[in-house]
Amino acid sequence: MLGDLGTAGLAVGLACATLTALLWLRVALFGADARTARRGTAATLAAAALACALLETALLRHDFSVRFVAENGGRHVPLHYTLTSLWSALDGSLLLWLLILGGYAALLARRAYPLRLHAYAMVVVSVVMLFFFALSSFAANPFRAVSPVPADGPGPNPLLQQHPAMGVHPPLLYAGYLGLVVPFAFALAAPLAGRDGPGWVRMARPWALVAWAALTGGIGMGAWWSYAVLGWGGYWAWDPVENASLLPWLTATAFLHTTLVRGRAAWHGALACASFLLVLLGTFLTRSGAVASVHAFTDSPLGPMLLGFVLLAVVVSAVLTGRRAPEPTRPGRPRTLSRATLVLVHGVLLVTIAAVVLIGTILPLLTAPLTGTRSSVGPAYYQRTAVPLAVVVLLVMGVTPALRVRDRSAALRRLVVPAAAGLGTVALVGLLSRPGPAALTAFGAAGFVLTGLAGDLAHRLRRPGPHRRPGRLAGLVAHAGLALVAVGVAGSSAYGRDAERTLRVGETLRVSDVAVRLVGVDRTGGSGSMAVQARLALTASGRAARTITPALRYHAARDTAVTVPAIGTGPLRDTYVTLLAVSEDSGTATVRLAVNPLVGLIWAGGALTAVGGLLAAAATARQRTRPAARADRPRPDPVAAGPGAAT
Amino acid sequence: MRRRAGRVALVVVLLAAGGLLVTGALRDTVTYYRTPGELLDDPGVARHRVRLGGDVVPGSLRHDGDLVVFRLAEGGHEITVEQRGTPPETFREGTGAVVEGTLSSDGVFRSDHVVVRHGNEYRPSSSPAVPVDAG
Repeated sequence: MLGDLGTAGLAVGLACATLTALLWLRVALFGADARTARRGTAATLAAAALACALLETALLRHDFSVRFVAENGGRHVPLHYTLTSLWSALDGSLLLWLLILGGYAALLARRAYPLRLHAYAMVVVSVVMLFFFALSSFAANPFRAVSPVPADGPGPNPLLQQHPAMGVHPPLLYAGYLGLVVPFAFALAAPLAGRDGPGWVRMARPWALVAWAALTGGIGMGAWWSYAVLGWGGYWAWDPVENASLLPWLTATAFLHTTLVRGRAAWHGALACASFLLVLLGTFLTRSGAVASVHAFTDSPLGPMLLGFVLLAVVVSAVLTGRRAPEPTRPGRPRTLSRATLVLVHGVLLVTIAAVVLIGTILPLLTAPLTGTRSSVGPAYYQRTAVPLAVVVLLVMGVTPALRVRDRSAALRRLVVPAAAGLGTVALVGLLSRPGPAALTAFGAAGFVLTGLAGDLAHRLRRPGPHRRPGRLAGLVAHAGLALVAVGVAGSSAYGRDAERTLRVGETLRVSDVAVRLVGVDRTGGSGSMAVQARLALTASGRAARTITPALRYHAARDTAVTVPAIGTGPLRDTYVTLLAVSEDSGTATVRLAVNPLVGLIWAGGALTAVGGLLAAAATARQRTRPAARADRPRPDPVAAGPGAAT
Repeated sequence: MRRRAGRVALVVVLLAAGGLLVTGALRDTVTYYRTPGELLDDPGVARHRVRLGGDVVPGSLRHDGDLVVFRLAEGGHEITVEQRGTPPETFREGTGAVVEGTLSSDGVFRSDHVVVRHGNEYRPSSSPAVPVDAG
């Protein structure tokens, strides 16, 4: 019953999306009234919401006649994870994807933009919706009936039932991915919209900022989830799925920066298109079974459809944005240290990183049919290519405070103290420890950036004026967040220590000044899952011992065991204990103890970066709602205004 | 005109530098998946690190100090694997496994890394998974 309703809902959605695309096309071509088309977009959103609600209802009511529930539901699953089951497997997650995409479409439809530009952009968004509705209806319908109806289901993958972040991470990531459809739609609409076209960047920017902030938060939360759940103590493995989320982030970051300077229209269009095309490519990579990854979904018939759509989108983008509009030449000689130069350097660097990561990610895919052997590109590749380039990006970021000053010698003077601080950091850290060249330069670069930002902040707070508004500080906040992430990544990779040993009861495993002593092994049996946990007494730097209990949990329904690490979080370092194996007589336990310094900075920095994006988005939205107030004010000099709204 | 030529030259230089960076970095960071049969036919392919995939032969698994010894089989070929370090909890006799290491001259595959495979529902069905612990 629910299943039939759901299938019908998807069909209605497909019809609505098709109709909506045509209605918006009519608006674009003949200047028809947009009200009907707007209603169509709302109806498409309603269909997506209905499909999601129906599948959630089926999950909550344990209606195992619905295929998705039979495969991913279970009576033993706690409520929170039953709710999150919707996106724990491919078919259901596509419904969430549709819901978020529909949400963006409806929001975009309600805003007032130049008519033809708006209508063409809505055509693009509607076609994307149409495609994903088709995908959901024909290739991955979660509502198909099962017969005979099973009495119970296996529940979602055990790894996805371990951490509450599962409720936030995928929706946030999808909000980031799909928000990028708006700049993409504007970029494709601009060449079609004639006189309405120029100026699309200003309209796309707030959307890009929101999407970018969500994507930043989603990636950060994914790293945190991976750290807390997968039990190997790391947060980033250069896995294809992780790379797929990083790629659009890199190009979207470049887009946000290049749009700060006028001109370079070709860059704007290319970056806006590239960001969403990389989202689509990532969807193809992770959902078609094309690349092997721990996060990837199972093989599915989606592959050819998705690949076809990616190729079509690439061709359309290339044709539409390839025709370059003549750029107005800017009068006057450019400054040596101008924003335009810096933004260009930064854009080239970010695009290079994206290209390098993309090559590493899809190389196994390309070589397999040629050589007949499957291969995989190891993390060392990325450490040699992407990591040094990222450090250079950090250094470029450190120069931004100097841009607020007009004359060149004063600008260079601004950089003296930060540069000294950076070099001082390198000297001090290098003398006290041996973190290796990559980490050392990262520390130095972060010192350079953070000192510069602190100086800039002090400078702004001393003088009253518009440069103290939160919106103007957005770039500063985001840059500080990224510098903190760099410190956290460098610190945890350079100073992380770990050891692994099989302990008898009473024995101790030591890593630097942290020790764990095995007190005992407990087995607990439950319905559907059995667990074995090690009781360990943990002492750190001479303080009183406390008991921690890392565990191994066996899920009978899926015949898999997952490890539940015990993580002690401190301000400067984490202690991370994983139970790897237990002997049959419970007399010994194999334990891995890791001390991970500074990882907390990664989560904090990531959050700060996302907040920076939101601040900038809020500021641009406020600017747009008060066009009159803006027109009264003399336009601020682009250099004097500084990297305020930069992120 | 001169500016245009300069710009083209700059792009060419950048592309060349990027190409060098990528090919240089790829040199020894790509690991290939091999089957026991391929390794037995041509032991030379496993002089560099490779990933070896197969089923853990039931009854072959034993612990020898901190070594875990077992046999991997696929398509009628078998290779003895000596694994240093504890394999992950999903590692069991009779199931598929992928190990990473090199083939020694005595015909034993010395591995220091068992590639983690997760539940059936969340990975490609016919291919080995990428390591979680690659760092």
